[in-house]
Amino acid sequence: MNIIKFLDEFTTDNLVAKKSSRRDMFGTFGSMGKKAAMAAIPFGLATMSTKTYAQDSGNAAVDALQLALTLEYLEDEFYQRAINCRVLPDGRPTIVYQQIAKHEAAHVDFLIAGLEGAGVEPVAKPEFDFTAGGMFDPFIENGTDIETAYAQLLALAQAFEDTGVRAYKGQATNLQGTPFLTAALQIHSVEARHASEIRRLRGLKGWITGMERGEGMPEVTQAVYNGEDNLIQGGVDVTTLGDGAPFGFESSTEAYDEPITSDTAVAIASLFIKS
Amino acid sequence: MKKNMIKVIQSKGNSRNPRRQFLKLGGLAVAGTGLMLSCSLDEEFATPLPNQEPDANSDHEEPANGIFDLGEGDLGVLNYAYALEQLEADFYTKVVNGFYSNISEEERIVLTDLYNHEVNHREFFRAAIGAEVGDKMELMLPDLEFDYGDLDFSSRDQVLNIAKALEDTGVSAYNGAGKLLTNPTYLVLAGKIVSVEARHAAAIRTLINPGSADFAGDDVVDPTNALDLARDPSEVLAAVAGLGYVQTQFTANFLP
Repeated sequence: MNIIKFLDEFTTDNLVAKKSSRRDMFGTFGSMGKKAAMAAIPFGLATMSTKTYAQDSGNAAVDALQLALTLEYLEDEFYQRAINCRVLPDGRPTIVYQQIAKHEAAHVDFLIAGLEGAGVEPVAKPEFDFTAGGMFDPFIENGTDIETAYAQLLALAQAFEDTGVRAYKGQATNLQGTPFLTAALQIHSVEARHASEIRRLRGLKGWITGMERGEGMPEVTQAVYNGEDNLIQGGVDVTTLGDGAPFGFESSTEAYDEPITSDTAVAIASLFIKS
Repeated sequence: MKKNMIKVIQSKGNSRNPRRQFLKLGGLAVAGTGLMLSCSLDEEFATPLPNQEPDANSDHEEPANGIFDLGEGDLGVLNYAYALEQLEADFYTKVVNGFYSNISEEERIVLTDLYNHEVNHREFFRAAIGAEVGDKMELMLPDLEFDYGDLDFSSRDQVLNIAKALEDTGVSAYNGAGKLLTNPTYLVLAGKIVSVEARHAAAIRTLINPGSADFAGDDVVDPTNALDLARDPSEVLAAVAGLGYVQTQFTANFLP
């Protein structure tokens, strides 16, 4: 896995969204990111152990489920803390996060039961650091103002959901021919529903255009979107299949979500895993 | 083994509420095998022709009754997806060519995007199936014809509710069809598309009920295990037939 290269990108000081945002919170998010980055000690993430979640059981389907469980642990803890930290505004944000929190908790239980049912010991829950080494403060543990924290809660949720969609998709062939394939697909589409809603809550489209991470997303999240600009589906360049807007670059990339490998998924999750 | 027999046939003159019918017949479809759905009052198709029974020794490529069958295996699943994408693409084509009045900018953007995506999907499946069947083009599902009957495209409620039904149906269909695919490339392609359908479904659901949990509501995502719906082709096609919009007959005798 290529965590090192990813971490190299991660330690840039460019955490600020390039464009000014249409919403104040994105602006404050940017300045917070910069401030946190300057204050943070050099990220010691390269020393992070991968043993707890980078599985190599010799069984591709088991590895796929263990990776899925790791990502669900991450999402589950994130949303549980999010709905309990009093950062979320009442109304839509709280309703949305509560619904997602409910799902991620159920996904954790479901995957643990599935692995145990298959006679496999589920991977242990890692210790998470949602500040990513001091870059974020979504739950206001370090005195961040509430607007910034909320913007970070949204941005992190978007990154986690879009990652989840891509990671499950990347494991589909490892689960092909097993009883877990359909269940994994059923989780996969739930993550996509979540992703759409979180993106739209942030004022973005529910789908991914090109490899754009979207306005207000810190540059560190770009790894979540790299490769989403693929135009070749099943060997065919889908922009050549017709004329007009449906076959333009934007629609042709929006219409297909792209998978990521285990390594990429682990590298992204590693930003938030302490041990 | 006898398989479900689903007929998608003429529905001209159908005056029932499309959405209610969709839901009702969607539920009916699980009632048993050999179920034949007809929502047609049209003379020409009032008596459906007897359909052939699936038979391992028969040549299903040229059904005796002349009605197209989606086929078996990966090709059957591709034709099945192609049918659903044809319906979605055609529906949104109608929507964007005559938006309901007072449509919000957000809704116009969403529905236009959905039109673009679904047309792209439709043409992708046409290309993929074309590559799969080679010169045996008779194995590719033909262009379907549609008639929306009493559906009022000037009604925001009707348009968004049908969009919701189509997107949710698409999600459940792809989720249920994944296990039927043997070629890993097709499985990944189905995965690339289904998550976009799920993104669509969530967006439409929030347009219908803003500020709610409907984007992944308990009606589609089981609150106990948080799994989305997964349906077999027979169930999905029965629901689609129940909509009454597809005018072209076809069968899915070789799909579960």
